[in-house]
Amino acid sequence: MAKRDDEIKQIPGEESGNGLSRRSFLKIGGLAAAVPVVTGPKIIQVGGEQVEVHGPHAAPITLMVNGKRQTLNVEPRVTLLDALREDLDVTGPKRVCDRGECGACTVLIDGKAVYSCSTLAIDAQGKEIVTIEGLMAGATQLSPVQEAYVQHDASQCGFCTSGFVTATTAFLRDHPNPTHEEMVRNLGGNFCRCGTYGGIREVVQAHAGGKRAATEAAGAVAVKGGF
Amino acid sequence: MRAFEYAAPKERRQALGLLGRSWGDTEILAGGTDLLSLMKDDIVTPKRLVNIKGVAGPELHAIMRKQNGVQIGALVHLADLPSASDIRERYPMLADAAMEAASPQIRNMATMGGNICQRPRCWYFRNGFGLLGQKDGKSLVMEGDNRYHAILGNEGPAYFVSPSSIVPSLIAYGAKVTLASASGTREVALEKFFVIPKDENQREHDLRPDEMLTLVTLPAPPAGAKVAHYEVRQKAAFDWPLATCAALLEMNGGTVKSARIVMGHVAPIPWVSNEAAQAMAGKPVTEETADAAGAAAVANAKSLGRNGYKIKLARVAVKRAILMAAKGGQA
Amino acid sequence: MADKYAWPAENERAYIGKRISRVDGPFKVSGRAKYTYDYNPKGLLYGAVLRSPYPKARIVSIDTSAAEKMPGVKSVHIVQKDPTGKPVTIQFAGDDVVAVAAQTEDQAEDALRAIKIQWEVLPHFVQDEKEPSGPLQGPTVMSQDDLVGALSNQMPQGQLIQQLKTNGVSFKVDDEFIKQMKQFNIPQPIIDAVQQAPYHPEAQNQPQSPYKEVRNETKGDPDSGFKSADVTHEGLYGSTVITHCCMEAHGVVAEWPDPDHLLVHISTQSVSSMPGQIAGGLKAQGVNIDAANIRVEQQNVGGGFGSKFSADRWGVYVPMLSKKAGGAPVKVMLERDAELEVAGARPSHYARVKIAATRDGKITAWDANGWGTGGPGGGAAPPLPYVFDVPNQRNRYISVSTNTGPSRAWRAPQHPQAAVITMGALEDLAAKLNMNPVEFFRKNIEYVTEARRQIYLDELDIADKMMNFSSRWHPRGQGGSGMMRQGLGLSIHTWGGRGHNSNCDFTIHPDGSVDIKMGTQDLGTGTRTAILIVAADTLGIPMEQINLHIGDSSYPTSGGSGGSTTIGGVSSSTRRGAVDARDALFAKVAPALGSTPDKLVARNGKIFVEGDESKALTWKQACAKIGPMPITVQGKNPGPENLTNSGVGGVQMADVSVDTETGIVKVNKMVAVQDCGLVIDLKTAESQVLGALVMGVSYALFEEKIYDPSTGVMLNDNMEFYRLAGLGDIPEMQVHMMTGKGYDERGVIGLAEPPTVSPGAAISNAVANAIGVRVPYLPITPDRVLQALESEEKGARA
Repeated sequence: MAKRDDEIKQIPGEESGNGLSRRSFLKIGGLAAAVPVVTGPKIIQVGGEQVEVHGPHAAPITLMVNGKRQTLNVEPRVTLLDALREDLDVTGPKRVCDRGECGACTVLIDGKAVYSCSTLAIDAQGKEIVTIEGLMAGATQLSPVQEAYVQHDASQCGFCTSGFVTATTAFLRDHPNPTHEEMVRNLGGNFCRCGTYGGIREVVQAHAGGKRAATEAAGAVAVKGGF
Repeated sequence: MRAFEYAAPKERRQALGLLGRSWGDTEILAGGTDLLSLMKDDIVTPKRLVNIKGVAGPELHAIMRKQNGVQIGALVHLADLPSASDIRERYPMLADAAMEAASPQIRNMATMGGNICQRPRCWYFRNGFGLLGQKDGKSLVMEGDNRYHAILGNEGPAYFVSPSSIVPSLIAYGAKVTLASASGTREVALEKFFVIPKDENQREHDLRPDEMLTLVTLPAPPAGAKVAHYEVRQKAAFDWPLATCAALLEMNGGTVKSARIVMGHVAPIPWVSNEAAQAMAGKPVTEETADAAGAAAVANAKSLGRNGYKIKLARVAVKRAILMAAKGGQA
Repeated sequence: MADKYAWPAENERAYIGKRISRVDGPFKVSGRAKYTYDYNPKGLLYGAVLRSPYPKARIVSIDTSAAEKMPGVKSVHIVQKDPTGKPVTIQFAGDDVVAVAAQTEDQAEDALRAIKIQWEVLPHFVQDEKEPSGPLQGPTVMSQDDLVGALSNQMPQGQLIQQLKTNGVSFKVDDEFIKQMKQFNIPQPIIDAVQQAPYHPEAQNQPQSPYKEVRNETKGDPDSGFKSADVTHEGLYGSTVITHCCMEAHGVVAEWPDPDHLLVHISTQSVSSMPGQIAGGLKAQGVNIDAANIRVEQQNVGGGFGSKFSADRWGVYVPMLSKKAGGAPVKVMLERDAELEVAGARPSHYARVKIAATRDGKITAWDANGWGTGGPGGGAAPPLPYVFDVPNQRNRYISVSTNTGPSRAWRAPQHPQAAVITMGALEDLAAKLNMNPVEFFRKNIEYVTEARRQIYLDELDIADKMMNFSSRWHPRGQGGSGMMRQGLGLSIHTWGGRGHNSNCDFTIHPDGSVDIKMGTQDLGTGTRTAILIVAADTLGIPMEQINLHIGDSSYPTSGGSGGSTTIGGVSSSTRRGAVDARDALFAKVAPALGSTPDKLVARNGKIFVEGDESKALTWKQACAKIGPMPITVQGKNPGPENLTNSGVGGVQMADVSVDTETGIVKVNKMVAVQDCGLVIDLKTAESQVLGALVMGVSYALFEEKIYDPSTGVMLNDNMEFYRLAGLGDIPEMQVHMMTGKGYDERGVIGLAEPPTVSPGAAISNAVANAIGVRVPYLPITPDRVLQALESEEKGARA
């Protein structure tokens, strides 16, 4: 989408009412410079009750990522994906479409596969976030699903792979004996450009058949060194 | 994405109090699957997001049996509809439509309320040319590429199609929605909730900027009704349908007593086809009667230039939904 | 020694030709593989780019003063700036205009909104599907704008020079212009051609038209060819512009550790060529740095498919942003909309074809009127007719210039489009003759180059059996009577694939460890795995014992990964390096084994005397004899003996079902039979073919760059309406690699392009076989299928 808005819109002051005080609300552009940087939420009165309002400036939030509690300083507009990748250097989840259309950013939140690009970081507080990095069977040991992806050559360039493996892990956990229709419906939220679907289909079929294939080449299952 | 204020109230009245008086002030954040994309594309630029997911109490979060019907909280995830026995057993068409919608990741995040209030996917709208897709007072849709646009209710100036693939089933079941604001609540038939906007300042539904959709209420399904939902979709999964139809048939022995036929992705609003329903009334369900109902459904359809094929697809969707319903719905 | 580098015989291979899992697999499935996008150095600044909302517009002024003062902003760089101060004209929507670097990505985006640009919007043209009508551009004399357009849109050098030589220029080439070209680092042969080009001032008044005739050739006597035929067919065929849609967007992270050194991470298919390209681009911006002082690094790349050979604008403006920010690292990765708009396009090709044959199925004549676009620079003619060099041809082609994202090489450039046109016309003609296309193709095999006739015949046989094609084939339109129709189709294809220039440093250390350094890159094709397989088989040690380093411009240069040239290049340079290093080791250990180096064998982790395995040293024992200095040799390709070759053939068949009420096509099964000489790794080789089939289903059914005629913007610049095939859209797939005798001896030949060529044509043919009518253009979407069926009905009624 070509951004065609090259002028700053005037932001009108908020109407009083709803218990809100009249004040100027500045949010973007050069105007944002005028907003003093405060940390911690503002408390505003809504119908006689106090409500916390965060932002637009950055403020500390706490995320539980792969079992580790992490505190970071982000604006409310930062997505979980960007917080993971840029602030925490958890780069397994990939940014591809950034619009919930491709699946490369898939993570598990409280066990459910979701698009981290379509989740705000501030909204992911208090939840268990698991990324591809957190799906290993041990520090250097692949999980059975990861192992099967190697075995069936279900990755090429690898950029969709993190999201696909994460989605597959959740899918096979919930569907231990998947049918073809279930696979199509439940792995339909991820796309691959190199065309590794044949291998991914085999990963699912092998699981359905109860077969956990052994690896062919020695050393293929452990991750050592780094590329 | 532009900067915004963020609040996550715990109480319903706080949430309602935080909403603004005009569009552009505030947006409600629930699943966020549509809203965040709209904000990243600079189509929607709220000053404040009100995250309602933490609002306490079962009202917004639960599926509850009410009298003979069922109440679905606005925050119920699409993924939770097919697995709820109240839905699966009594409203199988809804369960099926929810299961077919989007992708598992989206179904895990997206909510009932958000699905109803999601914005159109019209590519002129999403490319920054406004809801009506106009430039210099002229419709880009009419002049340009309208292969996915409306074939019914397309007298203008709105040509987009209603995006939800679940709403037609809800309407067929006779759903009502509850809309709450700080000053009270009102209940609106879902069918009447959607409007065809006449100008750029109007939205495509009746929700006011300071209102929140809290509940979807379904009456008891008519006893012995036969239902099915059919989507014409090019890809096997995760693809916007080209036409959909929800069919609910009340039977009288071998013939249709009355029918509810609701089409999706064909008009700026979910399209209730009384013509198709009348065509089925008093008739047995056969290939011929179902096809005649499909023909009746698109009798007033008109091509905008590139979307003539959708008239055929809508007709087929109606026919197939009726035939599937008669066979006892889909697996 | 004769043939010392020759590929080992089948019984001497522990790895080559076997099914080996890719060595980088574990890193990719665990999220540990690092890509350019993942590189987060300390102090990283994030870039954002203001892009043109207009397809054609002159930039009157740019005011960045407000943006520069925005919070977090560290540098601003105007991308569209003519050094002479002339206003720049944008040629396609989405083109980069201004880049900003700030402490967060959101701050950079905020700053973009504060930039003021005054545009003079110019009329644009984005239509390419309709057959050209109206005036052509006069004699194709190049104006200054044409030349700049050709250069900025990367028209192939040879083609440009030829055009300059033949047609000349319409403007006076003065010293100032030559100076400017030099400043922009335009290659000398092009500057020479411009200087020597005939001057045609009268051509300045040639009509403004997007249409330019780029081919008009006649071979034999088409008129009498058509006259002598019994059956003639005329049809329309084509495929629309599609985009590469690499999962990892194009992009760069650049930093200046000191004012004289530049470190660049770039998502690229050509690591070794990047320093030179970037240095050239910087020079045009007034920044002088030796290519030797630019280091380019890339461990993994998230797809390329032909779109990542150039340093691109971002390869220059990101280092500029960094320089202006005091050398701090700056990252710009293209947003998905920009990625689809500007960083990927496969040209469209359409043609109206007339083709004729005798009653017994011998083609007698071919006449094609083609057109298509590759963006602002127009497009080159596709190789028509494809594979079948039939007698009596006339070929005319009109290049259409459009204000759309410029084309880039896309897996087997021009071939898939040429196959859709040619194989479609052949299949239609066969249908008219009521002939099984397998039989028809066989009948005309003499028009295929002699070198591949037997290969195709063998492959047709095998594919026929895998698909049960001939036993299941039905005449056109007899694919059932209900709404679902089933059909079969086929296509054949070819490609070159000779190994590119490649060098490596090959080192054996005294402790037995082995090091290979090569400036190549692994696009996910299995390049790393192949290099290790060859090295391990040559040294007789396990792959795990070898350390491989690639993806760094400080390693010996290796060619870009394109045109299926990588496997031949890297396997050959590795083989030569490994053989020479091994022989050097043999020389060191021969005395200890009481033998001579030429009698030694390295296998199963041992060095032993041929025929007497009792005279052996373990690999470690042998290496201990090296002495304190390791053995280092350089492996090269090309080099002595031919290890790589060119020219492959492949056959593909498709089985489809078509819902004639909705026009929705489902591909049920595809088979691919492919030759690529000696296969190094059967597993990743098959994956290449399987991936090509998936990509083929995707472009056959779904993919299309859609431009709005009135605003000229790409309407589906996202991944919901730019549809890619998903897991559920993929057919049953069977791959057969032609290996063994007759194939292995050919040497190693590349594989990535050829299997991508045929799927579109085979699927289009299967659809025609199913529904009895040709759907002219790919992608075969419901609207196109229903339209074809409707026109058929009308035709039948008429």
